[in-house]
Amino acid sequence: MTTPSDTTAAALPARSAPPAARYLDIQQVGQTFKTAKGPFTALQNINLQIAQGEFVALIGHSGCGKSTLLNLIAGLTAPTSGVLLCANREIKGPGPERAVVFQNHSLLPWMSCHDNVYLAVERVFGATESRAQLRERTQAALALVGLSHAAGKRPGEISGGMKQRVGIARALSMEPQVLLMDEPFGALDALTRARLQDELLEIVLRTRSTVVMVTHDVDEAVLLADKIVMLTNGPAATIGEVLHVPVARPRQRVALAEDPVYLRCRKAVLDFLYTRQAHVEKAA
Amino acid sequence: MVAAVFHSPPEAAASAPAHSGAIKNIAASAISTSARGPKDLKDTPRGPLLSRAFWLAVLPPLCGFALLLGVWALVSAGTGASIPGPAATWQQARELFVDPFYRNGPNDQGVGWNVLASLERVAVGFGLAAAVGIPAGFAIGRFTFLSRMFGPLISLLRPVSPLAWLPIGLLVFKGANPAAIWTIFICSIWPMVINTAIGVQRVPQDYMNVARVLNLSEWKIATRILFPAVLPYMLTGVRLAVSTAWLVIVAAEMLTGGVGIGFWVWDEWNNLNVAHILIAIFIIGVVGYALEFALVRIASAFTFEETRA
Repeated sequence: MTTPSDTTAAALPARSAPPAARYLDIQQVGQTFKTAKGPFTALQNINLQIAQGEFVALIGHSGCGKSTLLNLIAGLTAPTSGVLLCANREIKGPGPERAVVFQNHSLLPWMSCHDNVYLAVERVFGATESRAQLRERTQAALALVGLSHAAGKRPGEISGGMKQRVGIARALSMEPQVLLMDEPFGALDALTRARLQDELLEIVLRTRSTVVMVTHDVDEAVLLADKIVMLTNGPAATIGEVLHVPVARPRQRVALAEDPVYLRCRKAVLDFLYTRQAHVEKAA
Repeated sequence: MVAAVFHSPPEAAASAPAHSGAIKNIAASAISTSARGPKDLKDTPRGPLLSRAFWLAVLPPLCGFALLLGVWALVSAGTGASIPGPAATWQQARELFVDPFYRNGPNDQGVGWNVLASLERVAVGFGLAAAVGIPAGFAIGRFTFLSRMFGPLISLLRPVSPLAWLPIGLLVFKGANPAAIWTIFICSIWPMVINTAIGVQRVPQDYMNVARVLNLSEWKIATRILFPAVLPYMLTGVRLAVSTAWLVIVAAEMLTGGVGIGFWVWDEWNNLNVAHILIAIFIIGVVGYALEFALVRIASAFTFEETRA
């Protein structure tokens, strides 16, 4: 089998627009946590370049530090060593230009879906736009994820899939330069997940956002991503392999099921996760 | 469904199996069903079911009160009526409540005025405590430095009996009324400080991460995230504080005198009017329960179940 992986820094521009090839630049990043039993190295020697408009999936076994890496990009935590750059500037903290879709949606339960999104819209555009414009943006974001009808409902009154979509709408409404998603569909049933993946594909195609998504679902990664970053098992996880997915967009789930390129990529990820990284935990 | 079958009388369950889906609702909401009036009662299984649920709700409390009256009457008989029995007390109460708001000078006022005077002291002392304690709780919960700074002080001062503060209040404020208010203040501030601080510390990290990603201002964080998330904890603190304040005011007024339900109890003791003392106990209980009940209702209206999701 041919391995289409390459670990070089130069990312292939996956889409037609000429992007900044090093839009997100992660250099020699390591993360060590202090625990009761002493320091715990979660990540080390992470080097990754992500181009503008690229869709990157982070995949690996649970506990390998995928979310830790995402939190570093979000700026929610600071790296112990190394540096993270976004548009040539160091990431010093979280900010609305790097919107996060949290694993558990993290909607504020005392606000309606509209108000949850409005809070984000107001923060980003409140200084320059009128209230009517802000409301329009909010409604547009909810319409984007097909939830206009649920705008007045509180998160407790809607299903898990709908909450996750509101979370996505909130992130998209900020028109972020980078969209960071931490297993956004992990808690959903297979059918809902598939529908939201298709919606996300469409939205990203339209907005041309740069996306970094943490997942443990091989099919999700291959279906959505231009580039799959595979992490070795923790502790002290690092990037084991980077796989480019040279499948043209728009991608159709059903047509891809028999696409040889798609299947080859899928096999490569499975091979990495279940053959090469399967027993590292025992060895470590 | 199991519980509903357990509650329903056998004949009702047998006569109308088709209605079994509705049985649970009826058993669970006897009050709302009864409010719908007799029209609904014609649907056969509801009549007996309703009355059974009704009696299950009403009978045990009635038994409790009957027990209380029985014990009271026995004690009264045992002491040779030096403690008046229920009937004698009832007579006195009827005379008393004919005119609860009379005024014959500062030392002889109706029981209504006494209760209102006590409530006013509680309101002022408690209000001051809330005005200081809730913001203090927010600050202590939000900033680790303040939490470590005030933690030991609170642990030291909280277990002190409120009445131990009364002499300090008398000394500093040179008056009975401010001293009583001071006592209420000091005893009701701790539950509010502590519960608010705990609430702030327990705001889920997820919500704070949202705030950080959105880069919200400290004011927005306080009003849109901290305050709603902390509100249930805060209201628990308020509830505990009001209960404590109402407990303490009676004791404080016994010591400070003036007008108030606590002073009234002491005054009637000096008059050896034991029936009035018993009536006062009843009034204190009812007012305390009413305060508690009102705050529980407010608290439940502001609690968001889905915060746990």
